[in-house]
Amino acid sequence: MWLILTALAAIVTTIIWYVKAPDDKYKVGLLSWIFWGATLMWLADHVVAYLMEGGEFFEINLDATLLAISVIILALLVWVIMLLISDPKGVFKRVFKM
Amino acid sequence: MACFLVPMTEAIVTTVVQKVVENKEKNTEVKHTETTGLTWSRKLGWLNKLLWGGTILLAFEHLWHGEIVPWPPFLTAMENPADVAPMLHEIATIGVSMAVLVTIVWGIIVIIADAKAKGLTEIKETATKGVK
Repeated sequence: MWLILTALAAIVTTIIWYVKAPDDKYKVGLLSWIFWGATLMWLADHVVAYLMEGGEFFEINLDATLLAISVIILALLVWVIMLLISDPKGVFKRVFKM
Repeated sequence: MACFLVPMTEAIVTTVVQKVVENKEKNTEVKHTETTGLTWSRKLGWLNKLLWGGTILLAFEHLWHGEIVPWPPFLTAMENPADVAPMLHEIATIGVSMAVLVTIVWGIIVIIADAKAKGLTEIKETATKGVK
């Protein structure tokens, strides 16, 4: 389930990035790279595990869904932290001047 | 069990390589390569983002499944000697596959980006010659 939702997040963020490109003021491109990296790694994980052990390719249950949501929240958190550190709108500079 | 250690190791290496290349490009004042318009530090930056992004999310997944813990020896498989061999097998198979797949996809992205940038450079050159 986390592979499906992460792949979905990767596709959505890529579309958002492309719509705004070449402007990437809010670093949506970074978020997209994060999701694609995880998607590719989980894809390799699922394929190799399926070939070696068999069983279900996708794990679809409540725990897997909660994990998928948590993974997306973590990626968003990393992105927000990077965004606030880089502060592309210069918000902190203006706030601290006051 | 600990498959993300392979892409993490690759990420550490490529981050160091990117910093070295970036410094070299700054020292030689290379703004962009003449043929493609894309610097190698920028291309390596894409690989770093893919690898670090994937590593962070996979580490969280391993934490969720209780395969890693925030205290030594960090990998739960290390606590039981019987689990060490399967862990190493998983690192050698799944971990290496992850790193290889990410690197191949990055390589394809670089080839496409170079081709696009080269095409744009040629169009610009043709347009400039046409104006002259």
